[in-house]
Amino acid sequence: MRLHLAIAAGTALGGTLRHLTDALATGPLGLSPQAATLGINLLGSLLIGLFAGLAGPGGCLRVGTTLYQAVVTGLLGGLTTFSLLSLQSLAGALETGPLPALAGLLLHLLAAVAAAALGHATATRVNRLRPPHHQPPD
Amino acid sequence: MNDPWTQLPWLALGSALGGLARFHAGGWITRLTGSGFPWGTLAVNVSGGLAAGMAWALLPDTGPGALEALLLSGLLGGYTTVSSFSLQTLTLLRQGHPIQALANLTASALLCLGAAALGYWLAVQGIPA
Repeated sequence: MRLHLAIAAGTALGGTLRHLTDALATGPLGLSPQAATLGINLLGSLLIGLFAGLAGPGGCLRVGTTLYQAVVTGLLGGLTTFSLLSLQSLAGALETGPLPALAGLLLHLLAAVAAAALGHATATRVNRLRPPHHQPPD
Repeated sequence: MNDPWTQLPWLALGSALGGLARFHAGGWITRLTGSGFPWGTLAVNVSGGLAAGMAWALLPDTGPGALEALLLSGLLGGYTTVSSFSLQTLTLLRQGHPIQALANLTASALLCLGAAALGYWLAVQGIPA
């Protein structure tokens, strides 16, 4: 029950942040909806790589399962979106044909994996500076 | 109904339900397949793409409202995820499975775009002319 509440609260917060970031990016900042979705998905991927690296095995953060799930499954899962990305790609495919839309989608996902790798590499550096105190250093 | 603040409660509710659905559906499929490949996230994102394509065709074209916030941005936005996809693809790479990582990337792009197109097409067929 606690885990479910944590995931629900985390996703509600993540979805709200996505909505507000999207409104800010497409409104005052004048970005296209596609650029806003890319920014949100890259941010979420960077943060998930960072958090999983810091709080996962060998990381310097000690968090319980509930908090880990609230952040990874809830907050960051809710922040990013694949459904809107699919719809924007579909709208692009209807406009420019399927191949440019598919290429754009592949690049979007490739950039997201690279962002997660960057977050994870940053976490690895932080972990080296601050090793977990109850694990023997290797 | 068109300013982002009035939509927020609906969006938060939809997101929370979507996140719980992703946790259960993804976990169930991952246990069912019992492999290191992230089938759960792939299935969640493909089914979310199908539903989003349908919703896109069926929702009234009146701009963002409460229903759009609850269903599309909230429920389906919270249900699907790019961050878990990124982390799991990175994990496949770090564990020395570059072919599986590439397969996950390609399958996610092809199947999610295809599912959104299929959902849109199915819904359009169902709308009386």
